[in-house]
Amino acid sequence: MSFKTPTNLQYLASHEWILIEGDIATVGISDYAQDALGDVVYVDLPDVGTTFAAGAEFGVAESVKASSELYLPAAGEVIAVNGDVSQQTDLVNTDPYGKGWLVRIKLSGDKAPLLDAAAYTALVDSIKH
Amino acid sequence: MSEELLRTVLHGEHLRLNARMVEFGGWDMPVQYTGIIDEHRAVRERAGLFDVSHMGEFWVEGPDALAFLQHVTTADVSQLAIGHAGYALFCRPDGGVVDDLFIYRLGEQRYLLVVNASNIAKDWQWISPFTSNFAVTLSDASPDTALMALQGPGAEAVLASLIGDVAVTLPFHGVAETTLLGQSVIIARTGYTGEDGFEVFCGNAHAVAIWQALLAAGATPCGLGARDSLRFEPCLALYGHELADDINPYEARLGWAVKLSKGEFVGSATLNDLKSNYTRRLVAFEVTGKGIARGGYAVHDTTGNPIGVVTTGMPSPTFGKPLGIALIARAEASEGNQIDIIVRDKPVRAVIVKYPFYQSRYKK
Repeated sequence: MSFKTPTNLQYLASHEWILIEGDIATVGISDYAQDALGDVVYVDLPDVGTTFAAGAEFGVAESVKASSELYLPAAGEVIAVNGDVSQQTDLVNTDPYGKGWLVRIKLSGDKAPLLDAAAYTALVDSIKH
Repeated sequence: MSEELLRTVLHGEHLRLNARMVEFGGWDMPVQYTGIIDEHRAVRERAGLFDVSHMGEFWVEGPDALAFLQHVTTADVSQLAIGHAGYALFCRPDGGVVDDLFIYRLGEQRYLLVVNASNIAKDWQWISPFTSNFAVTLSDASPDTALMALQGPGAEAVLASLIGDVAVTLPFHGVAETTLLGQSVIIARTGYTGEDGFEVFCGNAHAVAIWQALLAAGATPCGLGARDSLRFEPCLALYGHELADDINPYEARLGWAVKLSKGEFVGSATLNDLKSNYTRRLVAFEVTGKGIARGGYAVHDTTGNPIGVVTTGMPSPTFGKPLGIALIARAEASEGNQIDIIVRDKPVRAVIVKYPFYQSRYKK
């Protein structure tokens, strides 16, 4: 099985993606992450207005089997959360890079160590052995 | 890493079905094929098929087979007729649980024990020394025996399509030696999902054909993820979670499986004292705050004092809400009592509810 890793995104080693557009960024979890977690049944997201450091835990995604903490790839203030995902958690599984996005932030500068799509794909391949 | 893990004879079938494989008790096992929730529903509504060949099978045979089992288990095995199975525990002299098991009586002096995969070596070491006092032969058939669990309200129809009336007439907890696809098998009306269902024991050489035939007859392949969520809802204990060497049967609400009236057995003296004098108890709880309880999380009373630990917790597929089982101080264990589950360092409120969550739907 191969996982989608769009090349316009950057990734954390903890399997979050970030799409940076000027000083605004959208964040979600990768195709590999949603597959590894299994059917997502709860997503706990922060309130709009909350500020986070780069790499900070901003929420949790839960499946029947496991909990997965969510880490923010870049520092910033939450300006939107995806309310659809709270109502329809399977969006994280079915469309992790689209309708399953989690938060949008206004960037404040710092970034966690980010991987490009090629480096992230290599990381996922090494996990799958 | 996976090269070092043990594989059941159905391992290749799991890979062909694109199962997600995980390590479980030293085995490389399927945790899910399409998804835990789909597989969970398949068993509650239709029929699911599990590979549980990793579990252990011991044969106990000989003139003292009954006396031996009366001595090393908590069950009253004298009440088990030929062709019937029952649940039992191995207990330590201090009352702790070595393992839980099913005993299948197949002949006058012939019993099959099914034990947990992760405890095969431990159980063998525990019960072997006791054989010296009995005219009994104990043998480990685990490496040669495949075991499949066909579970759900549709299990009877699936099995009947291959084997006819045997599936229909076998009573709850009945067991029979018969043939399936021309091969000798043992079929029992047992399982661990809270639904009607069967378990099929066969030699390794015949497992793939039987597995494929049961799937072709309409069963959905199900992994260990659904096996865990299915046994969790009816609060069926899983060793290493609700049961352990330092948890006694009364704490685990398994007093019904301890037959003190049958006479002395390993652990009976202590169990007799513990019966009215235990300090912790398993409870079922529903999380009412925001969060999911998971096994290992601490449990506090509502003023912050530690009172126990979550043994299993998850979002329940059947009920659609976060539920859990916890082992807590007996004084706090009443239904309706509020407790806090410590989820990532923060207390999340929960309430103790009726045990179990799900009423098993056996065909009796």
